[in-house]
Amino acid sequence: MKRLAPILLPLVGLLCLGSLVIGPADVGVADSLRALVAGGEGPLTLVMREIRLPRMILALAIGASLGLAGAAMQGYLRNPLAEPGLIGVSGAAALGAVISIQTGLAAGFALALPLAALAGAVMAVLLLLALAGPRGGALTLILAGIAISAMAGALTSLVLNLSPNPFAANEIVFWMMGSLADRSMSHVWLALPIMVVGWALLLPLARPLEALTLGEDAAASMGVNLTRVRWQVVLGTACVIGAGTAVAGAIGFVGLVVPHILRPLVGARPGPLLIASALGGAAMVLAADIAVRMILPGRDLKLGVLTALVGAPFFLHLVWRTGRQA
Amino acid sequence: MTLLSLRNLSVSLRGRPVLGGVSLDVGGGELVGLIGPNGAGKTSLMRAALGLIPAEGDSSLAAMPAAARARHAAWMPQSREIAWPVSVEALVTLGRMPHGQRGTVADRAAVDAAIARMGLEPFRHRTATRLSGGEQARALIARALAQDTPLLMADEPIAGLDPEHQIATLETFAALARDGHGVILSLHDLGLAARHCTRLILLAEGGVLADGPSREVLTDDLLARAFRIRAFHADTPDGPVFQPTRVIR
Amino acid sequence: MEAGADALPDVPRRVVSMNLCTDQLAMLLAAPGQLLSVSHLAADPRGSAMANEAAGYRINHGLAEEIWLMRPDLVIAGSFSARATVDMLRRLGVPVVVMDAAHGLAEIPARLREMGAALGREDAAEAAVADFDARLIALRDEVTNRPRAALYYANGYTSGDRTLAGEIIATAGFANIAAEAGLPSGGHLPLEVLAMADPQAIISGRPYPGASRSEEILDHPVIRALRDDAVGAVLTDRDWVCGTPFVLRAIEDMRDTRRRMEAE
Repeated sequence: MKRLAPILLPLVGLLCLGSLVIGPADVGVADSLRALVAGGEGPLTLVMREIRLPRMILALAIGASLGLAGAAMQGYLRNPLAEPGLIGVSGAAALGAVISIQTGLAAGFALALPLAALAGAVMAVLLLLALAGPRGGALTLILAGIAISAMAGALTSLVLNLSPNPFAANEIVFWMMGSLADRSMSHVWLALPIMVVGWALLLPLARPLEALTLGEDAAASMGVNLTRVRWQVVLGTACVIGAGTAVAGAIGFVGLVVPHILRPLVGARPGPLLIASALGGAAMVLAADIAVRMILPGRDLKLGVLTALVGAPFFLHLVWRTGRQA
Repeated sequence: MTLLSLRNLSVSLRGRPVLGGVSLDVGGGELVGLIGPNGAGKTSLMRAALGLIPAEGDSSLAAMPAAARARHAAWMPQSREIAWPVSVEALVTLGRMPHGQRGTVADRAAVDAAIARMGLEPFRHRTATRLSGGEQARALIARALAQDTPLLMADEPIAGLDPEHQIATLETFAALARDGHGVILSLHDLGLAARHCTRLILLAEGGVLADGPSREVLTDDLLARAFRIRAFHADTPDGPVFQPTRVIR
Repeated sequence: MEAGADALPDVPRRVVSMNLCTDQLAMLLAAPGQLLSVSHLAADPRGSAMANEAAGYRINHGLAEEIWLMRPDLVIAGSFSARATVDMLRRLGVPVVVMDAAHGLAEIPARLREMGAALGREDAAEAAVADFDARLIALRDEVTNRPRAALYYANGYTSGDRTLAGEIIATAGFANIAAEAGLPSGGHLPLEVLAMADPQAIISGRPYPGASRSEEILDHPVIRALRDDAVGAVLTDRDWVCGTPFVLRAIEDMRDTRRRMEAE
């Protein structure tokens, strides 16, 4: 991690800057930044503070959350294929969010939205642990994930189709593929506090996950409280995935690709991998969100499309490689 | 000095009673071999003593708070799991975790000593998961050594190793015992147990059948009862030789 | 106008309309007792300017079986009506006339005449056209400084000059920013571009019940801020949806809005 920090931190900083200055409104870098910081009259301040800034903050926070949650789940399950999107946690969070919106709960009480998404995520993780658990192999995990994803996706589609609103039926694309377009600061305030709670639960897992390298028995004998670790993983993942999905939809593959790429660079140690994956995830989502605005700027290209274009072939490569080793 | 004290320890697995009323003490300087047929409860006894599974009765180890216990006893489970392709050095360093793992001079010294003792210096920066079975086993023992605890417990630490490494490993444990540590191992190889352990505890029929030096425990009578075997034994200038020969029908 | 293989009756006596816009034109021009049924959309006050009148007709849901059971001698459909339904009705021997929607003010007289021809009510149609033309001329003001307006709907969609909504606001004296944003026919307008254009009026559709992410953008702080500076929330309604003479009411509303803005 000491080697990686001087690369990852400036990279994330640069991408944050890029996210702030790239957009359909053709404005120069200096003008944009001046409007952001100093304010002033004119629509540019509005654009910078109410459109670009929340988008950048969300990309940063959600990307970090996805990377962190992916590394935490992989460390806990001792399985490099565990990824919140792949194993159905994001899909279940989307279902919770959609239910709270369509039943009107979210309109009544703002926090109902991320909390409902969180509840969906918790149920998915618990279901997953019950089906696969740390002793289940990779195959069981993926199968359980497919089942949970499929169920969540089908129910989300059903709820949307039952809506009286004619636009709702087509929203399934947003929920399944994710997008940060036109998010506002209200979305930031909705999601960020719960994500911070999730980070506070997941980051201290560094030491327990290191001990788990030796298996559960040895870790327990070294003083790790396995029950507490399990709850930290479940709730921490649910918080960050729930909050992020509630405002941006399900963004997949980040939690798979980033820890996988960074693992060799931290000597495969699950502890340092947590924060490295947080930074890597932030970089990946920021970059994808910038790319979405540069490729096909007129259309609302979904963020998840880009992460899937990178992540799905990556996953196939992993499958192929695992098959060859077996 | 007593390092482990068990009083009336009873263990049930899935509702079935496995062990009943085990009481024993283990002190520094002992290399204890836990022997017995499959299913006798060797693993269960050790895990119950460590407080990893629920049990009735008292274990001085299980009664300790988790952090203190981790500094008092190191446990090497049978599974020999290494989940990630970490370096040997990183693996051994995991043993320092109960001591805070702040990377202090004492930590590095303990890791270096453990690596040297297990002959792993040439492998220090190699990926642990790419080593041979015997080398991996040694790396895991080094981790336990780095933990620097008065008591060390291991579940079948030499299973599947070649004769050289079997003997070398047991000699390492014997040296640890001579240094004042307490070592408890579960073993299947009665011959090696006889040659290296200072004390044998025979588990069978749901309890401790015998407890003492090998010549008292490996009697024809007890062998017949516990293992249903007959064995050949002799004292040679090179130490005792013990070899099971026949099954008793 | 497209006609089915069967010969169209000169003066049909049992007409069924299955499209919101054709419903309203038919209700305007049909002789008493000529029109049997209109679609359920005509009875919905959200989209129909003639919801009250529609209550006096049988309601259909645009399904071939239900319409055929009404034994019509003419069915009028829109170009967006389900192709399968139109084909099925023709196969069952029902004459179907498919009428295009009006894409601009200039097409409204043509549609009125088409409907008049289909119903055998050419005189009523000519009268309606004359009335429409006269009222339209009366509504056109001489405007020197056209205030800038943006049409902004769910999903960030905007309508350009060459659409019905675009012509409504243009006739009322506004300048549509969609043109300066490079979208003469409309399309997705990024929120940033809308903000930078800083229009003096933002015109949106009324939100539907239930919630949708598509409509969420209309609640974005940027839109709210622009509305605060501008003339407030201007919402389109049923008069804007179809190319009927009711668009004149919409033009009148917008013209009055513009006059209010100029007075401030």
